[in-house]
Amino acid sequence: MEQTFIEILRRALDEELARDPSVHLLGEDVAAGGAFGVTKGLAQKHGAARVRNTPISEAAITGLATGAALCGLKPVLEIMFIDFATLSMDCLVNQTAKYRYMSGGQLAVPLVVRTQAGAAGGAAAQHSQSLEAWFIHVPGLVVVAPSSPAEAYGLLKAAIRLGEPVLFIEHKRLYTMKESLVDGAALPNIGKARVVRAGKDVTVIAYSAMVKDALAAAGKLSQSGISAEVIDLRTLLPLDMATIAESVARTHRVLIAHEAVRNGGVGAELAARIGSELFDELDAPVVRVGCPFAPVPFAPELEQALLPGSREIVRAVQQLIGPRGRAQE
Amino acid sequence: MAAPTLDDWKRMYHALSRIRLFEGQVQRLAGSGEIPGFPHLSTGQEAVAVGVCAHLAKEDLLFTSHRGHGHVLAKGSDLEATFAEILGRESGLCRGRGGSMHLVDAANGVLGATGVVAGNLALAAGAAWAAQAQGRPNITVVFFGDGATGAGAFHETLNLAALWKLPVLFVCENNGYAEFTSREEHSNVNHVSTFAVPYGIATQTIDGNDLPTVHAAAGEAVAILRNGAGPYLLECMTFRMAGHYVGDSQQYRSKEELAAIKEKCPIERLKRLLVERGVEVAELDAIGERARLEVQHAVERARAAPRPDPKSVLEGVYRSPSLNGMAG
Repeated sequence: MEQTFIEILRRALDEELARDPSVHLLGEDVAAGGAFGVTKGLAQKHGAARVRNTPISEAAITGLATGAALCGLKPVLEIMFIDFATLSMDCLVNQTAKYRYMSGGQLAVPLVVRTQAGAAGGAAAQHSQSLEAWFIHVPGLVVVAPSSPAEAYGLLKAAIRLGEPVLFIEHKRLYTMKESLVDGAALPNIGKARVVRAGKDVTVIAYSAMVKDALAAAGKLSQSGISAEVIDLRTLLPLDMATIAESVARTHRVLIAHEAVRNGGVGAELAARIGSELFDELDAPVVRVGCPFAPVPFAPELEQALLPGSREIVRAVQQLIGPRGRAQE
Repeated sequence: MAAPTLDDWKRMYHALSRIRLFEGQVQRLAGSGEIPGFPHLSTGQEAVAVGVCAHLAKEDLLFTSHRGHGHVLAKGSDLEATFAEILGRESGLCRGRGGSMHLVDAANGVLGATGVVAGNLALAAGAAWAAQAQGRPNITVVFFGDGATGAGAFHETLNLAALWKLPVLFVCENNGYAEFTSREEHSNVNHVSTFAVPYGIATQTIDGNDLPTVHAAAGEAVAILRNGAGPYLLECMTFRMAGHYVGDSQQYRSKEELAAIKEKCPIERLKRLLVERGVEVAELDAIGERARLEVQHAVERARAAPRPDPKSVLEGVYRSPSLNGMAG
């Protein structure tokens, strides 16, 4: 049975609530179903004590969830938009991420912070950002960004069971995407990327909604005889360099695509690591596709003009391969 | 709860003395450079730590601030392991990973000091929520200074704690200073207890340098929490005899002000009280001497303890070695 991203997230949360009494959901409006309906019906099913509305107090609820995680709960905190995680930053960066290390291993923070990012439908500059790069800079956090409903199902369940603080970034543009779950599929390992499409000429590394664009681009490129391999990172912290290295050893060319601003993005870290760790494998410089350096605008024409997508990936791959590269094949 | 006996007061005199002497050693060794970083002393504020923690069981949880040595010791953490942590030793509470501002002693209910002012308040509310959600009877206490009231997280946490009726005791040590800036300069609100009122949180402001007053007020507050009628905010008016951190020359305070604060020393006050009740000065001096020797031995053992192995620096960021290795 096909289900939307939102329905599948709800199913994962429902199952984890049923499986483990220490799992609790909290956040603004979550008992009422949440701003996007992800938690609809869960308070009724699992009780108001386990699915709790909070005041609009991101600093306090992030601290509350962290303190509870230190003391035996496994909270799943919803921060409605990643843009509002700015208000959670002190706790996430200074407390949540560091507790295990600073305490010399006495304490852990088994906390999942679900949030939602990316641009769609005129959400404008304060509800559209892709701020994941800030978080991959913080030792102690785990950052997950699923690319499809089925992926989100497994990754969310694995994140809840991981025992570490996980920032789980959903993309609002994927919320209506439908997929069927494979019965009995094992949960993915957090920290492992996956090859979504095999190819031999270029490795396209993407995550979150950009995986869809990368697959569309790969389809288009195949029509002109270019075989693109697409890697879905799934986890941005830690980065799965082993899967990337294995791919680059075959393709020798890399393009990294994300919706976040290119400057200082996840792609910058990846490019640096590929450049230094896999230099001998590369036939060309690593190329990045990302958002140009501007806030996300409101007007549909402007939003469209700013956001990178499959067209930008196709163009960048064509430039990366070049006429010489193609002639060699 | 029964009123403390004379022996109880003597034990508390001992606890006050230990904290004072412990922090004296911190000051000495931070001054000589043997202690890294910039520790913050609670000298002059010890009665709050001892008076409140006297009511806590091991299972009760404690969060504190950057000025937290006294609270941790009053909760019962080991002198040597605490000092070793402040020295950055492998035998320290946190294996030298935390230091003076991040003391954690989980087995003893000390869930952490924080270096970010007001950063501990919501954590304490969360610990209280976990106890409430899991039906555990323990309470949570969080110590903070009046400087924290300038932070939004303070107000957000009071609102949430009141709303969810969390068993958390907010203990404000109002020493009149947010770092170098006096209360008059950083807020129009003189008393921190004022903030509890609109949220419907029970509160009182007391003399935090008078141990019997602190002990009685904290006893009432803890009883209220144990009856499930939390939260509670206890504001203890106190005085910081030391600077903001070791090495602070305190140009912002007059000689007269510092001299007046010395007169209010909580240890001297308790001593006078006990002598009035017939305890011999010599007996109290002997208690002080015992504390001095305990601290001295703990400090010497901590100083002789091995330093952490630099090769272990990347261990323990995550539980899973595979995550540790892959984070790059």
